[in-house]
Amino acid sequence: MRVPVSWLTEHLELSEGIGAQELTDALLGVGIEVEDVHSLDAVRGELVVGRVTEITELTEFAKPIRYCKVDTGGSEPETNTSLGFAVTERSYDEEQRTRGIVAGATNFAEGALVAVALPGTVLPGEFTISERKTYGHVSEGMMCSARELGLGDDHSGILVLDPGSALPGDDARTTLGLDDAVLDVEPTPDMGHAMSIRGLARELACAYGAPFGDPGVRELEQVSEDAWPVRIEDRDGCSRFVLRRLSGVDTRAVSPWWLRRRLMLAGMRPISLAVDVTNYVMLELGQPLHAFDTASVSGGLVVRRAKHGETLTTLDEVERELDPDDMVIADDTGVVSLAGTMGGASTEISDSSTDVLLEGAHWDPASISRTARRHRLFSEAAKRFERFTDPALPPVAVELAATLLQQYGGGTIERGRTDEGEAIPGQAVTMPIDLPDRTAGVRYARGVTARRLTQIGCKVSIGTGDDGTAEVTAEPPSWRADLNQPADLVEEVLRLEGYDSIPSELPAASAGTGLTEVQRRRRAVSRALAESGYVEVLPFPFTAASVWDDFGLAADDPRRDAVRVLNPLEAEKDQLATTLLPGLLETVHRNISRGFRDLSLFHIGQIVAPTPGEPSAPDPGVRQRPSDAEVDALEQAVPDQPLHVAVVLTGQRMRTGWWGRGEPATWSDAVEAARTVAAAAGAELDVRSAEMMPWHPGRCAELRVEGTCVGHAGELHPKVLEAMGLPRRTVAMELDLDAVPMRRRRPAPELSPYPPVLMDVALVVDAEVPSADVAAALRSGGGELLEDVALFDVYTGEQVGAGNRSLAYSLRFRAPDRTLTAEEATEARDAAIAATAEQCGATLRQ
Amino acid sequence: MPGADETQGSEPDSVLAEESLNAAVAEAEAAFTGASDLDELASVKPAHLGEQAPVLRARRMIGSLPSEQKAEAGKRVNAARAAIQSAYDERHAVLAEERDRRVLREEAVDVTLPWDRVPRGARHPMTTLAERIGDVFVGMGYEVAEGPELEAEWFNFDALNFGKDHPARLMQDTFYIAPEDSGLVLRTHTSPVQARTLLHTAPPVYVVCPGRTYRTDELDATHTPVFHQVEGLAVDKGITMAHLKGTLDAFARAMFGESAVTRLRPHFFPFTEPSAEVDVWFEERKGGPGWVEWGGCGMVNPHVLRACGVDTGVYSGFAFGMGLERTLQFRNGIPDMRDMVEGDIRFTLPFGTEA
Repeated sequence: MRVPVSWLTEHLELSEGIGAQELTDALLGVGIEVEDVHSLDAVRGELVVGRVTEITELTEFAKPIRYCKVDTGGSEPETNTSLGFAVTERSYDEEQRTRGIVAGATNFAEGALVAVALPGTVLPGEFTISERKTYGHVSEGMMCSARELGLGDDHSGILVLDPGSALPGDDARTTLGLDDAVLDVEPTPDMGHAMSIRGLARELACAYGAPFGDPGVRELEQVSEDAWPVRIEDRDGCSRFVLRRLSGVDTRAVSPWWLRRRLMLAGMRPISLAVDVTNYVMLELGQPLHAFDTASVSGGLVVRRAKHGETLTTLDEVERELDPDDMVIADDTGVVSLAGTMGGASTEISDSSTDVLLEGAHWDPASISRTARRHRLFSEAAKRFERFTDPALPPVAVELAATLLQQYGGGTIERGRTDEGEAIPGQAVTMPIDLPDRTAGVRYARGVTARRLTQIGCKVSIGTGDDGTAEVTAEPPSWRADLNQPADLVEEVLRLEGYDSIPSELPAASAGTGLTEVQRRRRAVSRALAESGYVEVLPFPFTAASVWDDFGLAADDPRRDAVRVLNPLEAEKDQLATTLLPGLLETVHRNISRGFRDLSLFHIGQIVAPTPGEPSAPDPGVRQRPSDAEVDALEQAVPDQPLHVAVVLTGQRMRTGWWGRGEPATWSDAVEAARTVAAAAGAELDVRSAEMMPWHPGRCAELRVEGTCVGHAGELHPKVLEAMGLPRRTVAMELDLDAVPMRRRRPAPELSPYPPVLMDVALVVDAEVPSADVAAALRSGGGELLEDVALFDVYTGEQVGAGNRSLAYSLRFRAPDRTLTAEEATEARDAAIAATAEQCGATLRQ
Repeated sequence: MPGADETQGSEPDSVLAEESLNAAVAEAEAAFTGASDLDELASVKPAHLGEQAPVLRARRMIGSLPSEQKAEAGKRVNAARAAIQSAYDERHAVLAEERDRRVLREEAVDVTLPWDRVPRGARHPMTTLAERIGDVFVGMGYEVAEGPELEAEWFNFDALNFGKDHPARLMQDTFYIAPEDSGLVLRTHTSPVQARTLLHTAPPVYVVCPGRTYRTDELDATHTPVFHQVEGLAVDKGITMAHLKGTLDAFARAMFGESAVTRLRPHFFPFTEPSAEVDVWFEERKGGPGWVEWGGCGMVNPHVLRACGVDTGVYSGFAFGMGLERTLQFRNGIPDMRDMVEGDIRFTLPFGTEA
C-alpha cells in the first residue's frame, strides 16, 4: 500500500522535522513494515503553471497535434552581469508571457491550467527540455503529463489543474505538491486497521504520542427513511449494509486535482469521479465502497449467498460462475455484485449515469477471503475486507463519499439512508495488569498498560480479580478485531513501549541429554561418506512419473505409488520421490553437462514411502488438545518418511594422473559405499546377489542387516542408463538408514596377547557360489580359534575347470590363553576347509 | 666371510695374539673404508662387529687362557674391538654425512606434484550449518527434535493458530497434496515440530529443530521452493520475551561472532503473540556493517499451547525460526541461492569435510 507522506500526516499534529525517514522508523518500531521510501523525483529548472490561451489543431499530420499559445506568466529570464555577478531578473513584458508549445495530447481546452516545463528544465529521468522546431512550429517548452513529473503512471494526456487553483507563472512544484515522498507500507495480515490513512496515522499518533483527529468519526444526521430497500438474508456473511443515494450528479465531471494526485501517488489511476471518490474514501478510511447506477438496479437489493448455477459478469468483463458460498448482492434481475470483491458490469456507473447508489458494508472476512481465492480476485476491496474492516465505518464512509461526489459532480444527496444490520462490538478482555511486565521480563512504569490500551482506542477499566490481583479490562475499539485474548493486549503494550526496552537474558534450560543416537549416527554416516570421497548434494524430491518407466519398474512396483503434489511448480514433476535415486541421477546429469565426468555424489534425506491408496489426515479442531487417539490418527495419516542414504558414482573412482592409469568406478565401489555406511552405523552388513530394477540383474547386491533387506547396491541397468542419458557403468547404492537397527553398545573384544598362526588356503568352488557363503563356511568350521578370514585372490581359468573359480583366503588363528601350536592351527584349518566342502561343495585347490 | 672360517677351531693363543688382532682391525678398517654407502657399510658390519667377528670370538676365548694371561689378553681384545668400533663409527659418520649432503638431494622429488588419486569428498554447508546450530543449542541444554517434511495440515497450520480462511494461511504459498481433501501439505516451516513436541512432551521443553521446508516459490537468485529452517522452542515456567532476546543474542554470537547482536521489530505470526522479526547486526555485511533480516520469533500464542494441551496458566514459552539458506547466504557471501541447491560439485567441494 502506497501512502503519500503529506496525506499520512494530515490528521496528525507532529512536531517539526519529522520527515519520511523518521516516519518510516516510527512505523517499523510499531510493527508496520515499510518496503520502500520513494521521494518524488526532483525537477530542476523552471516548472511553472501555464494557461492555454489558444489552440490551433494541426491537421496535416497522421496523429492529432496541437499548436498552443500558453500564458506562462513570466518571460525569458535575462541575465544582468553589469554588477559584476549574475543576477537573474524577470520582466513582465506582455509579449513574452506567451509561449508557443506543440502538444500531442488533446485532453485540454482553451483556458486549461497546465504544468509547463520551460527550456532548460530537467525532468525526472534526466530528460532535458529544450526549445526545438517540431511539426513546423517552434515549441518553447513542454506541457507535462503526470508520469513525466514522476507523479504516477498516467500518461494518457497532459496534467490539467483545477480551474482557478493557480495563476500562470506560479511555481508548479508547489501547486503540484512535488515536494513529497511516498511510503510503501505492508501491514501484517492481522492489522486490518492499518490498511488506511486513518489507521496508519493512528499508529503514528501512538508512536509519537501526538494528537490525532480521527477522520472516521463523524456526526451523521439522523434520518428515518431508507435510501433504497435492502434485505440481508445472511447475517453471518454481512453484518451491516449501508446505502445513500444521489441524484442529478454529473458523473463525467473530472475529479479535482488534489484527489487525482493522491490517488496517483497511492498507485491508483484516476478513472471517473464516482470511481475516484470511492477509491479515495477507501484509502482514507479503509472502508471499500461500491457505486451502483441507480437506474440499472431493479427493485430492492438482497444480500445473500449465491445460488447454484448463478453467474455474474464482473466489472473486468469476466463472466463468473458463482459458488453457493459466495456472498452476493442481488436485485430483481439476479446477482448484481460479488460482495466485497468486485461489482457487476450491469449496474456500473456510466457516462450517462446521473443517479448513484453508494454502498458500504461489513463483510465476514473469512467469507471474502474464500471468494477472493476462489475467483482469483484479489481486489483492493477484498484485501481490506478479508483482513477485517471497521463495522462502525460504513455510514461514515458512505457519507464522506456522498459529500465529495456532490461537491465535485453536483446533484442532490437524497434524504434517506439505508442502514441494515449493526456493528457487533468485540468482547472485552480482562487480564492481570502486570501480564505485560511478566511477558516481557520488564518492569514498566506505573500506568503504562492502561495508557497504551487507551491510546489504541480501548475503553479501559481497572479492577480486582477474585484472588485480589489487579486486573485491567479492555473493550476493544470497533476497528480492532484482533484483540481477543490477554496475549493480544500484551503485544499492544510491548510494541508501543518498544521492543528495544526488552533486556537480553538467558533462561535456565534443564540439563539436556545431547544428540540422540540416531542423530549422531546420521552425522557419522555423512562424515564417513565425505571422507571416502563423496560430495554431498541436496536434490529436490519432486519427480516425474516417467522416471519410474525409465527405471524399468514393473507396473505394480510399489515405488510407483508416490504421493502426488496438487500444485507442482513443474507440471510433470508432481510426485514425491519414493527413492533418492531420481534426484541424485538428475544432479549427476547436471554436473556432467557442466563438464565433470568423474563424480561420486551422496545424499542423505527423507523419502516419502510408497502410499497405496489416497492419503487423508483428520482434522481434530483446535479448541483443546486432541485426544491421544486423535493425535495417533493424525500421525498415522502422515505417510512414513524414512531417512535414506544413497550414492552414485560415474567415471573414474581412482583418477588417471601422472602416477599412472586410474580405475573406473565399479559395482564394488557401490557395495563398498554401503559397507562404509554400515561401518559408520555400527551395523554388520550381509551382501547377497539380487535382481532389482534399476540395477543390472547380474551386478546388483541386496544389502542386509540382521537378516532384513535395507537396500541395494551395484551397477545400474544399461537400459536405465540409456533411457536417462547417463554414462555407461554408472553405479549406485541406496539404503534405508532407519531400517538399520541401532546398536546400543558396541562390544569391546577381549584381546589375546599370544602370537597368531597365519595360513593360506585356496578353494575351488562352483562359480555360482557367492564368496560370502564360502567365507561364512570357513568361519563356522574354523571355530573360536579362527580370528580373521581375508579373501586375497579370485581366479577363474583352465586350471580350476570350467564353471569353477578359485578363492584364496588367508586365515589367522589365535588362542585366547596360550601360544597356538602348528598342529592345533592345522586342525582348525582342516575343519574350516571341511565346512566349505560340506556347505559349498568346495575342494582344496591342488 | 673367508677370514672367519679360517680361524675356526684355531688355538686361543694364535687368535689372541697381537698380530691376529691387528690383522682383524686392519681387515675391518679396510672393509669399512671400502663400503661406499650406508647400506654397504651395514652389510659388512656383522663380519667385524657381529657375534662371529674375530674380535668377539677372541673375547670368548679369553676364558680358556691361564688366569695370569687373562688380563693382558682382555686388554688387547678390548683395544682391538674399540678400534674396529671407532673405525666403523667414523666411516658411518662420513657416509651419513654424505648421504645427508648428496644422496638425499639426489632422491629429491617434486612435492608439488598433485596427488589426488581419490579426490576428497565434501559435506554440503547446509548440513554442517544445521549441525553447528544443533550443537550451539545442545550446549545450552536443548535437544534436537525432528519431524516429517510431508505433514498433516493440522500440524502445519491448525495447531499453530492459522485460521482456516485467514490470509496468513494463504501467504505461505503451500504445496498441497492430492487428493484435495488429503489434509496433507509439504510443511511450509519447521514450526509443526513445535506442536508435535508439545503434544508428546510435558514442559519444560527446550528444543531446536533444523529441517527442510517447502513453499511454491520459483527458483531464482534469492528464492528456492525447497529450503531449510531452524526452529527453536522453549516452554517453561516464567519464560519471558527477555529470555527470547537473550537466546537469540547467544545464537547470533555463535553464528556471526562476538560483535553480533539482535534487534526485535513487532510483527505478526499466528503462532506467536507478541511476535517479532529478528534482525542481526552483521559486521561483514555487503556494503558495510548493518542490520540484516534474519528470522521471526515471539511468545508462543496461548491458542497454540492450548491446542497442544499445555496449561497456559502455568507455562509460557517462546519460539523462533530462521531460514538457513539466508543465514548461509549472508554469512558466507553466496550471491546466488541456486548454487546452494543445484548440486554443482564446485559449490560444495571447497567446504570439504569441515565439522
